[in-house]
Amino acid sequence: MSIAVLSTNRPRLARQVRLQWDPVRERQVLLEPEGVLVLNQTGATILGLCDGERTVVEIVEELRGQYNHVAGDEVRDFLSRLVAKRLVELGDE
Amino acid sequence: MNRPFGMLAELTYDCPLHCPYCSNPLNLADYREELTTAEWQRVLSEARALGVLQLHLSGGEPLQRRDLEGIVASARDLGLYTNLITSALALTPRRAEQLKTAGLDHVQISIQADEPALSDRIAGTPSYGRKLAAARLVKELEWPLTLNVVLHRHNIDRIGRILDLAEELGADRIELANTQYYGWAWRNRAALLPSRAQLDGAEAVVRAARQRLEGEMEIIYVIPDYYSKYPKPCMGGWGQRQLTVTPNGNVLPCPAAHTLDLPQATVREHSLEWIWEESSLFQRFRGTEWMPDPCRSCDRREVDFGGCRCQAFQLTGDAARTDPVCHLSPDHRLVDEAVRAANEGAEPGEAELIPRTHKENSNYYSPTGGSESERSVP
Repeated sequence: MSIAVLSTNRPRLARQVRLQWDPVRERQVLLEPEGVLVLNQTGATILGLCDGERTVVEIVEELRGQYNHVAGDEVRDFLSRLVAKRLVELGDE
Repeated sequence: MNRPFGMLAELTYDCPLHCPYCSNPLNLADYREELTTAEWQRVLSEARALGVLQLHLSGGEPLQRRDLEGIVASARDLGLYTNLITSALALTPRRAEQLKTAGLDHVQISIQADEPALSDRIAGTPSYGRKLAAARLVKELEWPLTLNVVLHRHNIDRIGRILDLAEELGADRIELANTQYYGWAWRNRAALLPSRAQLDGAEAVVRAARQRLEGEMEIIYVIPDYYSKYPKPCMGGWGQRQLTVTPNGNVLPCPAAHTLDLPQATVREHSLEWIWEESSLFQRFRGTEWMPDPCRSCDRREVDFGGCRCQAFQLTGDAARTDPVCHLSPDHRLVDEAVRAANEGAEPGEAELIPRTHKENSNYYSPTGGSESERSVP
């Protein structure tokens, strides 16, 4: 089941997870109970913007300022997968 | 070479419970010279430098260490995600607050069943009420809560009610893991291994609960590997992702590997980096070169890594053989025989269980010399 992410949602990291820099792997990592997600640069940038303040639309706009060819659908898919794993919460619309 | 993601720190084998499936070694007295606080802090620092991000604080019962809060604080300073795996008997409000302040990230509490009589009988001590109180405390302090339930012949039929209890306690995760047959569980295998009918019943309940609780509670269910066609990918491969440090500083590729006849490696003599990269212990079964047939030529050799070395040793006396759980193993009849016995044996709950004893460990060595006033052995 895929969870719908709306443009107006204000996603934030779930309370039990931590986003941090791993100087050993030189990558951003997302830490959760019993799990580690090693992030690529785009994933890390998206999660860094999930502060519960910015809407999904605003996150996509910020990404467009940093990267070429940012597809809003892909950002929403990425967030949807993390919401299903309870790593991200969607927050208010 | 891969870097490890997780380290299991077995802080002490001292424990107030007597579970008959305990995975701790039988020779508990050999582990009495526990690492000091400073030694653990050095090990944590070396673990982080090696790549470890997840720290699993276990035992025995990690709360028996009076310096647990200091160890947690050091781990958090290093950027480790800290998981406490506990019986929770000694998780008083005061200690919980101290652990919260120290930065503990996640608490896993073991429960033995969904009701006091059976739970206390399996644990070998009155404990059910305090476990529930501790679980509620964990939620009050806004920690993520996992319930760990070891399943076996005596409690697997109650899995639906165990899930109801987890829901009522507001657990974020529940690990329903069938017993793995090492340590004390190996001794009690005949009394613990469930029947196929019991497993079928449990799987149906888990399927329904997963649908009902999707997005609310994560349900991890692990079948006994004796009933699977292929072996488990033990530890994600020998010396690939995980390592274990025992109370006295021995380093192992998996918590059961102390049973194997291999040269020991200890943090009291070597750095964690040297042990991971250079020691013969960690190199012995790393990769696929060591494999005999049928593993060597099998398409699944990088999927399940030949299964569990400790199980191969336990069942055949040779750690380098294919895990007999695999239906392709020439030793598979050893597993078939145990499964047949479990399906023809006594009714669930009738066979006698030998509880884990503590006699060997009666002279508890306290490395910090701290007060033991809060130790809650009933």
